[in-house]
Amino acid sequence: MRLDYKVEGGDFARAGWASSQVKKVLKQLGVDQNIVKRVVVALYEAEVNIVAHAYRGEIGVDIDAEKIVMRLEDEGPGIPDVSLAMQRGYSTATPQVREMGFGAGMGLPNINTNADIFNIETKVGVGTTLEIIINFKSNQ
Amino acid sequence: MKLSEVANLVEAEVLCGNEKMNVEVKQGFASDLMSDVLTLSTNDVMLITGLANLQAVRTAEMSDIQVVLFVRDKQIGDDIVELGNDLGLVLLRTEFSMFKTAGLLYNAGLQPVF
Repeated sequence: MRLDYKVEGGDFARAGWASSQVKKVLKQLGVDQNIVKRVVVALYEAEVNIVAHAYRGEIGVDIDAEKIVMRLEDEGPGIPDVSLAMQRGYSTATPQVREMGFGAGMGLPNINTNADIFNIETKVGVGTTLEIIINFKSNQ
Repeated sequence: MKLSEVANLVEAEVLCGNEKMNVEVKQGFASDLMSDVLTLSTNDVMLITGLANLQAVRTAEMSDIQVVLFVRDKQIGDDIVELGNDLGLVLLRTEFSMFKTAGLLYNAGLQPVF
C-alpha cells in the first residue's frame, strides 16, 4: 500500500494531518498499538520538522506485511551539521515554532528512538530527506 | 480517578467528551512542551497543558492520550474543540495554574508518569 501527502512549510494548523491519516490506516490494518504509536510519533515529529523548518515537502509511505517505510523529502535550508542536530537539546527553531510546543531539540533524537532504521540525507540550501523504517514485528 | 472527579477538583469546564466522564485515568503529565509528551511510552495518561493550540490535540492523538486538561484559563478555539471531538478525546479547561492543577490532582491520587 502506498500513501502520499504534501506538507506546506509554516502551516501549523495542518501539521499532523498526514500522521493522523497514517494512524487511521494502520489501525484499520490491525497493526499492534505500540507499533502504531512508534510510527506516528516518529512521523509526526518529522512532519512538524517540515512545517517548522522547510518551505514544503512530500511524505511517501509504503506499507507491506512486514514493515512501514516513510520517506519525507523537503525543499528547505538543509541541516549543516547532522550529528549536532541529532543531539538532544540542539535546535534552530524559531520562537513561532516554540510557541507551538516544539523546538526543544528533541525531534530527530525521538525519531531515532522510535525507528528501526533512520537515515538522513541533507544538502544545505536544497533540502533534507528522512527515511524512517519501522518493522511491524520488532521487539523494541 | 474518574474524569468527573478530575473536573470537580479543578473546577474544569468540559469542552468535549462529556459522555466519557466516567472514564478512569491513572496518570498525569504536565507539560507545555509537546516534544516531551511525545517521548512518553505510557498511554493511560492525562495531559495537563497550557499550550492552547491544535498541536496539543495532535500530540495527544499521536501519543494515544485520551484526555487533555488545559490550564491557566486559556481560551480554547472552536477548531481545537472540533478536532478533539472528531478524535473522540475528552478536552477539559480550568482557570487554575498548572502548578495548582497538578498539586490538587496529585494530592487526590493521580499518579505521575515518572
